[in-house]
Amino acid sequence: MKVTIDNVQVEVEDGTTILQAARKIGGKLVPPAMCYYSKLKGSGGKCRTCLVKVAQSSAKDPRPMPKLVASCSTPVQDGMVVQNLTSPEVIEARKGVVEFLLLNHPLDCPVCDQAGECDLQDLSFGYGMDETATEEDRREFPVIDIGENIKLHMNRCILCYRCVYTAGQLTDKRLHGVMYRGDVSEISTFIGNAVTNEFSGNVIDVCPVGALTDKTFRFKSRVWFLKPMNAHRECSKCAGKTAVWMFGNEIYRVTGRKDEFGEVEEFICNECRFEKKDVNDWIIEGPRHITRQSVISANHYEESKKQSVINPIEGTMEIQE
Amino acid sequence: MGGKILLAGIDIPGIRGFDVYRAHGGYAAVEKALREMTASEVGQEVNRSGLRGRGGAGFPTGLKWSFLDRKSDKPRYLVCNADESEPGTFKDRYLMQHLPHRLIEGLIISSYALGVNTCYIYIRGEFKYLVGILETAIMEARQHGFLGDRILGTDYSLNIYVHPGAGAYICGEETALLESLEGKRGNPRIKPPFPAFKGLYGCPTVVNNVETLAAVGPIILMGGETYSKIGRGKSTGTKLISACGNINNPGVYEIEMGLPVEDFIYAPEYCGGIANDKYLKAVIPGGSSVPILPADLMLNTAKGEKRLMTYESLADGDFETGTMLGSGGFIVYDEDACIVRNTWNLAHFYRHESCGQCSPCREGTGWMEKVLYRIEHGLGKMSDIDLLVRVAKNIEGNTICPLGDAAAWPVASAIRHFRKEFEFHVKHPETVKNIHHGALNIEEESLIPDSGTGIKYW
Repeated sequence: MKVTIDNVQVEVEDGTTILQAARKIGGKLVPPAMCYYSKLKGSGGKCRTCLVKVAQSSAKDPRPMPKLVASCSTPVQDGMVVQNLTSPEVIEARKGVVEFLLLNHPLDCPVCDQAGECDLQDLSFGYGMDETATEEDRREFPVIDIGENIKLHMNRCILCYRCVYTAGQLTDKRLHGVMYRGDVSEISTFIGNAVTNEFSGNVIDVCPVGALTDKTFRFKSRVWFLKPMNAHRECSKCAGKTAVWMFGNEIYRVTGRKDEFGEVEEFICNECRFEKKDVNDWIIEGPRHITRQSVISANHYEESKKQSVINPIEGTMEIQE
Repeated sequence: MGGKILLAGIDIPGIRGFDVYRAHGGYAAVEKALREMTASEVGQEVNRSGLRGRGGAGFPTGLKWSFLDRKSDKPRYLVCNADESEPGTFKDRYLMQHLPHRLIEGLIISSYALGVNTCYIYIRGEFKYLVGILETAIMEARQHGFLGDRILGTDYSLNIYVHPGAGAYICGEETALLESLEGKRGNPRIKPPFPAFKGLYGCPTVVNNVETLAAVGPIILMGGETYSKIGRGKSTGTKLISACGNINNPGVYEIEMGLPVEDFIYAPEYCGGIANDKYLKAVIPGGSSVPILPADLMLNTAKGEKRLMTYESLADGDFETGTMLGSGGFIVYDEDACIVRNTWNLAHFYRHESCGQCSPCREGTGWMEKVLYRIEHGLGKMSDIDLLVRVAKNIEGNTICPLGDAAAWPVASAIRHFRKEFEFHVKHPETVKNIHHGALNIEEESLIPDSGTGIKYW
């Protein structure tokens, strides 16, 4: 099944979504996704940042789709032609969506633990407006604890539902969900209940913003001062493969290993995440690769795998793949 | 408020009960369909009738039925959408309250045509008193052998269940309705997959409006061919219109499609003209979601033709100068109506009813409501008007379900046609703080007398 995204053709299997096809190509043309999470069944379609234009539905039916579609939940068809960055309409719509997402999002990045690894920050940098058009007050909620180690800042939440799916799919009992509706809806637990199970900490990793934060790490350090290292340990509950974030010889926090799209490779248990903060608990494998664009890459060097060679004809230095 | 086809016999005392309904020719359509016709013949008859979905979208019913996945070995379901909550629309309530058996009859025939053995009526929670009426009707039909196992001695069995909602407008959207029916939070699903393939409990499902299903009985009796001759062009049959607002005779009317809008508003057998000898200012012809139109564009299209009550004629001129028939909630505003206040009121409704699932609708509806509140209360700025247009444009078409569009259209159309009034609100904050009705009339009065009829409108 062949699909063309921003003039790049890719061959994918039947049932693949446009977003997955774009991720297969990689690079800049991958639509941003705030709510879609490939490991969570049913996620996606909500944030509308991944909207793309389908210029040709399929080889059989060359008509364009009437509306922009959410690339994370639209399956590809053979001969489909998709425009993402090449369509001004898409860029406009995405700017609109980012404006909506930021409408009630507090400007507290300087005190937010997610700063530096926040999907919404990246998105606003790419598509946000220079100034706000709103003069209305932002909605406000109290900051609450959900469980022993997790803090919920509902003000920052963009209602992507990722944590709801995580709680529903990783654990037996549904512990939290969305209450109320419209622009006053909020993530919360059942009256007075705490989120207590061995995998609840993963809601922190899946949160695209700083709404759910790790209480064992809150205000300890900015993420770009830390060095992420691959580490593992013998764990009876999970695979024990994690990323530990170190400053000197100290472990500040433990997270799942995130790939280039910000998704964890494997979910980890609470014991690994919250309790094992001693270097002796872990077997450190080595530093994790961080994309050069990330702010976390400041003060973080890694050996280049590319070789430099001199081009004998031009007499210039070239980087060999 | 008698009727021609759907509301036929509504004036007969006791028609709500089975015996009176049966004595006046009730359930003859069920007998005809089940005894003389095959399921596919019933489907063809509906297809031939040109019946279009009466819930608002106007999608051909026969075509919708043909999409149902018949190859699947899962059970199929028919769901009757009785979650009528659109402001201005109250036609289904009227039909169910007075003629519950007409709906049951339609449900039996439709279920037979679709090969469905379980049918649900999802009814709006606020219509609690109708639940009893419908359940009584179902019980009566069952007692007389029209429901249950082996209906009328044939091999066909059907059960109908009534399920009340919990008071959410969004549950009128078909996939949110299915979620709610399954006992979940009423969030619209992401399509595809469409309900025809994966609907209720993951099984093939058809969701139809009350009025659409009720029309199936009469179609079978009179034949699809005859039904398609009623009306005009592709808008066949009759339509229930619930008229309200500043008119002399508010109520539910069954009109033949193709009736001129002017006749509908001014004829004594319908709305009977504008109340208190005022002038017509604007009309929302299809429930609060459709664009509002000023009087001149409502009575005549931009091309100068008479506007008719059909899907096509009302949509003539697209959104620039047209609107939609929608669900038939006909809201009439006289010269005293304040369009800004009205738009704010609608925006408030959509903000309250947005499910909060997708960001443009969740944030956009709230934003529009806040800005409109400011304009209406004399705190607006000139830039707010363009801001509203921009926000409405950013919501429109970018949401999961049509609620986003429904919220954006009234605001966009009100500004498109009544921008002056919005500007007046910004320029005269002190006046609008004290006067909540038609403030623009104070500044300038422009009445356009219609040369043909002598009717004056705003």
